[in-house]
This record gives sequence, structure tokens and C-alpha cells, in this order.
Amino acid sequence: MNPVFYILAALTVVGGLAAVLLKNLVHCALALTVAFAGLALLFLELDAQFAGFAQILVYIGAVAILVVFAILLTRGSDTPKKEIGVFSRTWFAGLVVAAAVFAVLAWAVLLSAGGLPHEAGVPVVTTQQIGQALMGRYVLPLEIVALLLTAATIGAVIVAMHEKEGAK
Amino acid sequence: MNPLSGYLLVAALLFAIGLAGALTRRNAILVLIGIELMLNAANLNLIAFWRYGPHPEALTGMMFAIFSIAVAAAEAAVGLGLVISIYRHAKTTDLDQMNRMKG
Repeated sequence: MNPVFYILAALTVVGGLAAVLLKNLVHCALALTVAFAGLALLFLELDAQFAGFAQILVYIGAVAILVVFAILLTRGSDTPKKEIGVFSRTWFAGLVVAAAVFAVLAWAVLLSAGGLPHEAGVPVVTTQQIGQALMGRYVLPLEIVALLLTAATIGAVIVAMHEKEGAK
Repeated sequence: MNPLSGYLLVAALLFAIGLAGALTRRNAILVLIGIELMLNAANLNLIAFWRYGPHPEALTGMMFAIFSIAVAAAEAAVGLGLVISIYRHAKTTDLDQMNRMKG
């Protein structure tokens, strides 16, 4: 374990914690971007260059901007009254469930740590290989994902489209 | 510590943070942010297993993560469209106030 991993892991976890804990929604979106950037750097640290840069393009470039757009379009709802707070009525149950999930996952990981593979050789994977795999062996999933993205984009536009007054 | 278990622990922690956010926040957009964090934690697991697995040149884990990123982007677009739609209808994104199915 090198120190770079610890720094990136701390950055990612702190960003994620801030994203779910902060009161101001815009601050949450910014913290989410930090968490996404930390994850992209962790991907690069794992020698997955293509996935790392795809993460930067898709998450930091698109999803974070989409979240900011949604926050600004639903403004007026983001100033919760002081007595209610930002957490729901059943926050304690949710916290217990999340803590239990983490406890089980961490227990499983630590229990199986001896059987996990140790340091492997650095895999040499070029973007050309990934492109050839996408166009060859994975061409059907690629087409299905393309169809899914088109359908999801059209569906999102239709769902969010403004309904005109008096229109059917 | 085993490098793979380090990445798996970080992913588990991130997943738990996202789950806690999705279960405890009142705002619908924050719930979506929590779901995105959980999806990203799963992607980190996939990439880590690909990196330390026996056959990284087969690219299976990497491909799984790339397709998962694409599906998560579609999910984010539809989810945020739904939030904007329901905000226009109910003038709130507070999930505790959305307590009826009828419009």
C-alpha cells in the first residue's frame, strides 16, 4: 500500500461524507464532484486509464453538471426550515441500516483478506485494445447501451418537459 | 495490508456513505447523489478486481465498469428528470411530504 492510495482514499471518502452531510445543496454537489475526482484518480492508480478518464468525462463533466442544474431548477425547496433540518424522520433507522451494511461488507473483506490475490503484474492495456474489444466481442452490449442511452435521454426530456396549460 | 482489500474497504465505506445519504436525507436530489455514490463504489470494486485478478488482459472487469458508467449516466438523467417533474407538480423536493400516489 503506497501513500498515494491513502491520500486518494481519504479524499474520496471525505468528499462522499461531505456530499451527504452538508446542508447547502450546492455545496453537496461540489463535494460530490470531489468524490468523483477522487474515484477517477483511484481508477488511474489502478492502471485503468480508460475507465479513469471515462469517469472524469461522464461524472465530473456530465452527471455533476446535471445535478447542479436540477438543484438550481428546484430552487426554493433547498432552504429547509430550521426546526425540520435536512434529515428525514426515519434518519436513525437509515443510519443503522447503512452501518450494518458497512459492518457486514468490512467483515467479509477482512475475513477473506488472506485468500485475495496479492500484487499482480501491471496489466498493459491500451485504448486500442479496448476499442477492438468494444467493436468485436462486446459489440452487442455496446449497441444495447447505445439504445438504452437514447431511450433514457428521450424519456428524461419527455418526463421533465413543461406541460402547456390547457394542452391534452 | 493486502492492496486489494484496501480498495475493497474504501469501496465498502463509500457504499455505506451513499446508502446512509439515500436513506436519511429529505431532499430527492440528495437521494440521487447517494445512489450515484453507491454505483461508483461498485465500479471501484469492479476495477480493483480487474486489476488484481488472474487475467487482466481479458478486460472483462474493465468492460463491466465502462458499461456500468454508461448505465449510471442514463439513470442519473432519468432520475433528475423525475425530480424536476415532481417539483413542478408538487412545488417541493422533500420526500417526507410526497405521501400520495395520486396527482
